[in-house]
Amino acid sequence: MPDSKLDLLQGTLDLMVLQTLAAMGSLHGYGIARRIEQVSGDAVLLNQGTIYASLVRLQQQGWISAEWGTSDNNRKAKFYSITKRGRRQLSEDAAYWQRLASVMGRVLALGTGSDDK
Amino acid sequence: MIARLRHSAQRFLALFRAPAYDRELDVEMAAHLEFAVDENLQRGLPPAEARRQALVQFGGPQQSRENHRAARSFLLLDELFQDLRYILRTLRKERSFTIVALVILALGIGANTAVFSVVNTLLLRPLPFSNSHQLVWIAPPPTSCGLSCATYSADAYEEFRAQSLAYDDVTGYEAFSTPDNLRLSGHGEPVPATGIDVIGNFFQVLGVQPAKGRLFTLDEAHGGAHRVALLADPYWRRQFNADPDIVGKTIELSGSAVTVVGVLPASFDFGAVFSPGARVDLFTPLDLDQQRNWGNIVTLIGRLKPGVTTAQALQDAQRVAPNIYFNVRYPETLGRYKGALVPVPLKQYVTGKLSRSLIALWAAVGAILLIAGVNLSNLLLARAAARAKEFALRSALGANRGRIIRQLLLESLLLSGGGAALGLALALALITWLARQGSLALPLLGTLRIDASALAWTALMAFVTAMIFGLLPGLRMAGGNLQEVIKDSGAGAGLGRKHERLRAALVVSEVALACMLLVSAGLLLRSFIKVLDVDLGFQPDRAASIKVEYDDSAASEDASQTKRAVIFQQILDRITALPGVEAAGMADYLPLGPNRSWDSPVPRGKTFAPGELPEPLVYVVTPGFVRAMGIRLRGRDFSWSDGPRAEKVVLINESAARFYWPAEDAVGRVLMRGPEEDRVIGVVDDVHEEHVEGGAGSQVYYPVTQQGPSGAQLVIRTTLPPSALAAGVLRTLRDLNPSQPAAEFRPIRTIVDRAISPRRFFMLLVAAFAALGLLLASLGIYGVISYAVTRQTQEFGIRMALGATPALVQRSVLADTLKLAGIGIATGVLASIAGSQILSSLLFETEPRDPLTFFAVMCLLLSVALFAGYLPALRATRIHPAVALRCE
Repeated sequence: MPDSKLDLLQGTLDLMVLQTLAAMGSLHGYGIARRIEQVSGDAVLLNQGTIYASLVRLQQQGWISAEWGTSDNNRKAKFYSITKRGRRQLSEDAAYWQRLASVMGRVLALGTGSDDK
Repeated sequence: MIARLRHSAQRFLALFRAPAYDRELDVEMAAHLEFAVDENLQRGLPPAEARRQALVQFGGPQQSRENHRAARSFLLLDELFQDLRYILRTLRKERSFTIVALVILALGIGANTAVFSVVNTLLLRPLPFSNSHQLVWIAPPPTSCGLSCATYSADAYEEFRAQSLAYDDVTGYEAFSTPDNLRLSGHGEPVPATGIDVIGNFFQVLGVQPAKGRLFTLDEAHGGAHRVALLADPYWRRQFNADPDIVGKTIELSGSAVTVVGVLPASFDFGAVFSPGARVDLFTPLDLDQQRNWGNIVTLIGRLKPGVTTAQALQDAQRVAPNIYFNVRYPETLGRYKGALVPVPLKQYVTGKLSRSLIALWAAVGAILLIAGVNLSNLLLARAAARAKEFALRSALGANRGRIIRQLLLESLLLSGGGAALGLALALALITWLARQGSLALPLLGTLRIDASALAWTALMAFVTAMIFGLLPGLRMAGGNLQEVIKDSGAGAGLGRKHERLRAALVVSEVALACMLLVSAGLLLRSFIKVLDVDLGFQPDRAASIKVEYDDSAASEDASQTKRAVIFQQILDRITALPGVEAAGMADYLPLGPNRSWDSPVPRGKTFAPGELPEPLVYVVTPGFVRAMGIRLRGRDFSWSDGPRAEKVVLINESAARFYWPAEDAVGRVLMRGPEEDRVIGVVDDVHEEHVEGGAGSQVYYPVTQQGPSGAQLVIRTTLPPSALAAGVLRTLRDLNPSQPAAEFRPIRTIVDRAISPRRFFMLLVAAFAALGLLLASLGIYGVISYAVTRQTQEFGIRMALGATPALVQRSVLADTLKLAGIGIATGVLASIAGSQILSSLLFETEPRDPLTFFAVMCLLLSVALFAGYLPALRATRIHPAVALRCE
């Protein structure tokens, strides 16, 4: 099973966190990690602990904000939410990823074409 | 861009909030795990499995922390801060080590910074004038006839200036003024002031701009209608309370009205450059026309044209010299200055004589830094022995070796940085104190300060000290074999012993360096004692002098002469009648100050080749002066009856007598000055006129009753302390002449002290450094022996249990001490002998291999070493065998 999981590329985790917060509103660290696992269908290899490095980085960039609060089951936790600047960054990064993905797709398709010759 | 900057700033700030960040993260991670456990429990897992899975999903918490740290700030800096916090903690815990290390470093670095500032001011930094490298001092090679042979006539100055091609301009000042030569009245009691006549373009040539008002004009320099003066900044502040409207005001100087045309800037200190240890209050323009027939009176200072070298200037001067008259009215004086116009860079003239002393001083203080550094190494090594296990354990637990070395380096940088900061404060105090030593006859002292280059030098020393003396023990410590260290139980095993050998070598080098310093200090001290013992030709103790004002203006020179004789006789009669006065007399110049010569008298009936005759120094004195000064006399003294109409008489010194009449008694012979005959009535001892250390040339004394003196210094020999007499003497002088200023009553001893002050200064500094070196070396010996005793506690215990007496144990410890000290002393003595020639030019009548000094230094070092070893030896004898054997 571990071989089939995807290793995360540098920077992709940050984008996933931003997207998750944009979609779900305010979440704590565990919530974000679980959400990413669920959405990806457990396809990404995520040490949940690494999420915190990503969170502090995004926070220092001013793309997300954090606040201490209480969860549904009455636990004290830090809740993160995306900021206006974070949304702008998200749309920029998402566009970039989509372009990259389509370019990569085309390039790779070209590769199989030449094999056919 | 701005966002990136803000991000970097946040990451940087995070360094300082690291503990808060870490705490928050821990809380968050704990919450995270609880959420995961809750969810797993809900999925129906048993509690233990729920927690296990949660932990697996989370990954390593320590790794998370590290990632978090790396993400939020700069990893390297973060580690550095961690190390810093750790080091500060350990240094605070080991307070006595920290204090000793800081004190040692502060002393070593502080002494170096202070001496560097002195060297920098006197040798390295240019003189405080614009483009000072263009300035040259023009003087003949040194001769025995004093200032008169080192100066030039008014005609010579003008011709030289007109004919030379090498200079933008040439200037000079009147060299024969004495302290307190003016009297300032109109501000209560008349007070003395010191003024110097300078050639009109003096300040323009030096490039000095007035702080207020203006410089002299051409008209004023050439006997202008009214008299003008420029004030020195300190005088303006002291005497005129920094009066902002002083320019244009009239002051009364020695009876005539003088207009103040300007105030010079605080940065200009005439005394500091041209007349060390003396203070000059104001400047007046020198009227060359009035001085034309006075002989050699001015010094020459030139500003070279851009690009002209000193060598070219010398060639130019050699070309010009034969065309220069001493006095244009006398054609036979053409070419008098051949070979006597030699330009040297002004800087070299001012400080060149000191360079050897300063370099010796620099070397001494460098040795101190070495000793301090070695001592620090020693301390760190001692500490290393105790910490070796800590480091080995940390390595074993995965600490990386680079990090340990970095930490050690940081620690020594921190120590040396702290030491440098303390040392800087020390140096600042020292320099501030030194700059105020006005009586110290060293040039440029007043401009002494800690400047940027001194700061840079301090930083460099701190860095190098940290690198060399801190890193070496560090590398040794971190490079050890882990297993060996951990197994090493502390007493008598592997690394401990190796450490000890290294430490012993360090102590030996310390002792050797201290030995060299002590030998240098000892030789300088012996030289200084020899200088104090020099027979000056007069008795400086129990005598004092005061400058006397008198008014001998009269219609004719003869009348003036008679009037002066009456005034002088009256003064001396009254002064001699004061209780406690043994003898009193007057002279126009005193020894070890300015002096002058007139011409070359010829003994009657003898002929000499041209240039062979000496130009004796000339003193115009009253009867009784010779006795008041304590100068031994053979023959008779002048008397008041040696009047203008009586036979002309002179006293000459032994050197002159030996030269003129080598095989005969000079008393009763006749000296010819042109057509004039002077009968020699007595021969006096040679008086050291210019230097305490140099020999004396020919000297001739004329009576005030027959020749015109230039001023009068009253010398009083007393049975009381001179200060007790001051008030009475001044009252008597005021009685006779109400305009007598409150001039300083100077013990003659202070004149001698000032003349030898540079030697005293260097001797004291080197002695202080030697004492410091000795202290540090003995600390080193104590440290090593003391550590060895601690290490051998068990061994001593066994030996004493087996019957060794305490005396035996003590002897063995002392023998170890002696071995260290002995090797160190032997090395030091050999090095001193090898380097003895370097010091020899600074010594006075002392052999650089003076056996007495070497012997004394060896005894001193040995006894200090023995004392340093005695304390631990005593401790060794107090070891109780039972306790020693039980101890680990």
